[in-house]
Amino acid sequence: MTDPEITPELVAAHGLKPEEYDRILTIIGRAPTFTELGIFSAMWNEHCSYKSSKKWLRTLPTTGPQVICGPGENAGVVDIGDGQALVFKMESHNHPSYIEPYQGAATGVGGILRDVFTMGARPVAAMNALSFGAPSHPKTTHLLAGAVAGIGGYGNCFGVPTVGGELRFDSAYDGNCLVNAFAAGLAEADAIFYSAASGVGMPVVYLGAKTGRDGVGGATMASAEFDDTIEEKRPTVQVGDPFTEKRLMEATLELMQTGAVISIQDMGAAGLTCSAVEMGDKGGLGIRLDLDRVPVREAGMTAYEMMLSESQERMLMVLRPEKEAEAKAVFEKWDLDFAIVGETIPEDRFLIMHGNEARADLPLSQLASSAPEYDRPWVASAPPPALGPLPDIAPLEALRRLAGHPNHCSRAWVWEQYDTQVGADTLRPPGRGAGIVRVHGTGKALAFTSDVNPHYVAADPFEGGKQAVAEACRNLVAAGARPLAATDNLNFGNPEKPEIMGQLVMAIKGIGEACRALDFPIVSGNVSLYNETDGRAILPTPTIGGVGLIEAGRPLIGSAAREGDVAVLLGETLGHLGQSALLRDLFDRREGPPPPVDLAGEARAAALVLEHAGRIGACTDLSEGGLALGAFELALAGGVGVTLETEDLAMLFGEDQGRYLLAMEPDEAAALIAASDGLAQVVGRFGGDSIAFGEASEPLETMRAAFREGLTRQFG
Amino acid sequence: MKAAVIVFPGSNCDRDMAVALRAAGADVTMVWHKDAALPAGVDLVAVPGGFSFGDYLRCGAIAAQSPISRAIVNHAGRGGYVLGVCNGFQVLTETRLLPGALIRNAGLRFVCRTVGLRVATTDSAFTAAYATGEVIRIPVAHHDGNYFADADTLARLEGDGRIAFTYKDNPNGAALDIAGVLSDNRRVLGMMPHPERAADPALGGSDGARLFAGLVGQFATT
Repeated sequence: MTDPEITPELVAAHGLKPEEYDRILTIIGRAPTFTELGIFSAMWNEHCSYKSSKKWLRTLPTTGPQVICGPGENAGVVDIGDGQALVFKMESHNHPSYIEPYQGAATGVGGILRDVFTMGARPVAAMNALSFGAPSHPKTTHLLAGAVAGIGGYGNCFGVPTVGGELRFDSAYDGNCLVNAFAAGLAEADAIFYSAASGVGMPVVYLGAKTGRDGVGGATMASAEFDDTIEEKRPTVQVGDPFTEKRLMEATLELMQTGAVISIQDMGAAGLTCSAVEMGDKGGLGIRLDLDRVPVREAGMTAYEMMLSESQERMLMVLRPEKEAEAKAVFEKWDLDFAIVGETIPEDRFLIMHGNEARADLPLSQLASSAPEYDRPWVASAPPPALGPLPDIAPLEALRRLAGHPNHCSRAWVWEQYDTQVGADTLRPPGRGAGIVRVHGTGKALAFTSDVNPHYVAADPFEGGKQAVAEACRNLVAAGARPLAATDNLNFGNPEKPEIMGQLVMAIKGIGEACRALDFPIVSGNVSLYNETDGRAILPTPTIGGVGLIEAGRPLIGSAAREGDVAVLLGETLGHLGQSALLRDLFDRREGPPPPVDLAGEARAAALVLEHAGRIGACTDLSEGGLALGAFELALAGGVGVTLETEDLAMLFGEDQGRYLLAMEPDEAAALIAASDGLAQVVGRFGGDSIAFGEASEPLETMRAAFREGLTRQFG
Repeated sequence: MKAAVIVFPGSNCDRDMAVALRAAGADVTMVWHKDAALPAGVDLVAVPGGFSFGDYLRCGAIAAQSPISRAIVNHAGRGGYVLGVCNGFQVLTETRLLPGALIRNAGLRFVCRTVGLRVATTDSAFTAAYATGEVIRIPVAHHDGNYFADADTLARLEGDGRIAFTYKDNPNGAALDIAGVLSDNRRVLGMMPHPERAADPALGGSDGARLFAGLVGQFATT
């Protein structure tokens, strides 16, 4: 088969700009072969190179005494004591999920699980953050049902409990849904595996499933906007096989025990290309691959296709040669492919042989490190329209309608399709703030949360970025967990537009400031840009995945109020309605600035909750829907009513930050309030079977019905 | 009591099953599906939940062809005890140790939630620790848990008191609300709900622990 001629059109079809192509010519001093062009396009697309965001990502705090490994490896690693480590990351699979929701979402889960077990960790928890278009949009049901089934189909079979996540609807996502998948795993702190190769002449081993033509060019697709040719992109979506992934995990972890692994890298975006280049580059070595030895699923695959295939459930490893037989036996036990496909070489070279011919011969270090990096122009976001008058609605009606709104109602329709308990360590399943999983065989537990309010970010990217971090911390603290570290999944539109770039820059600045103030470093992450269709961008959505630790002997804080508990509000309430759920979801008013975030106040409130955790019966952070929705959720979880003293709409539905609502026995409440220096006060009482604001009340059952049916009414 | 927990490549509740059995006092050995024989002196074989071979074909169909499945059938034939949970139940119907089949949930979706189960008989080592008619709470997590059998089989199961558990609110469309059935000699139990996930109060319930405690306890007294 002859390779196509390199033309400007072919270059453009690979997502490379003319000046980027010129840069390739300068680096290699000749025209690239077709395979080489494909390799460059895979390495230099936005998804793999972070060329638009790198300058700003560098400003994020990534270190701390708890950090074992920050960004740059497959996932971040933090110390959880007793010689144990938690390995975690969040990653987007937005573009594939919009094209083919089941497989797109499924392989998103597969990819993030692989990132975790590649480092030697056994996955123990998963979450997913989903954003879809308006519930009434004709594609939303198909995308939601497909993505949820795909996430369940993969994670349930693999055997990881899904313990949390987010689901939102907004017409800004009509043309681009977001599927962000999070996974966390446990490892021994002194047995973390990294990707840097070492030693010359070491065998490069291919593990896992065979290579097919699926997903060729996927990473390049994921770095482009959509238009009406989207149906033609379906073949770029990969197909997942969770059963193979389960076996790959078991085999990989077993292999690591034998001491055979020098370095290991999963094949994710741009498969063989990215994984080989990364192992060579990090180890300061070259790599030679012989594609005739790659296990293939179909005959007649070209070097180009093999290098760009995104077939799932594959790994690349540098092996200790004396352990080859032992390693091979492990993979045969699990009925997986094991093939030596190349070796490390001393010179700085990425040499791809196929049919006794060199298909690519490139300077490896430059391929990895010379990706273009842009300092893209940006402008500050325009301020939102001014906040208008208070809406005219009775508070109880507002609560009933919010509780039944697709953005705030019960998510059981989603998470009942996920196995939330496999592993038999899930202490708190989804639906009640942070998910909690105990560390098997210890007295410790881990808390997981995923947070962002894209409306806040759109109105003020800096405050919105801060808020996402602050809310993640609050959700962990509300469960009794000490926030440890976070992963960020930055979903934005086209960074070549200065106003989008401005959202990205300011959101990163806000995230950085909050992470520094709250000692909550970012240890891994992912950037997804070009989430636009026909020039219309999504809401800026920097998802923060946070993890926290509940040490042995420390109390877990519950999520359900009990009859006779008093409602204690911690933090200051001013009645901030700008960008509130009340105005947006009930009146379609996107007005005013988002609530400002006082980071020192956040830290003070968190410290108070953790210090008094043993006194607190149940706790929730207050965010969307404010005091009213928070009180309703604690009451509903406990099957009791609640009476709040205030009947003021702004005080009930304002979204002031830095607040927690606690359900406590009266004596315990008095002790906490006395110690709070004026920060905490009693605002009501749990009990009975109705929801009351001041004198007005409504049966809990009416509210419960609205809450329960919010999604089923829409999606069946 | 000596128990063997079978491990297929796609089993994912194998550890959970072992933990619950050990907590009840059983001596547990994990047995790889490619083994052709069970360890000597095994009293109970537990076939755990998961996706034994990915379940791309009928759930449990390929697992029923594994070398160990022949040994399980022989063990049952000698009057040995066998417990199959979720995918394990599917494997037991595919090996014909239990009648009927588990087909796709009526709602077509995977369903994971804690459900009420009615104990339909206490006449078995598995259910002796409960009271007849008692409602216990145990989680389900499956995509193919809709129990199906022809009318004659259903009538025979009902007539012989071989229905072990029924759902209070049927989550999957199962015939006669069947959640678990016993073999003719009452020594093989297959059930879709996961008692091993309700064997520790920290996980929100311990109704499942009585199944294991009752089972292991019977061996302690004989």
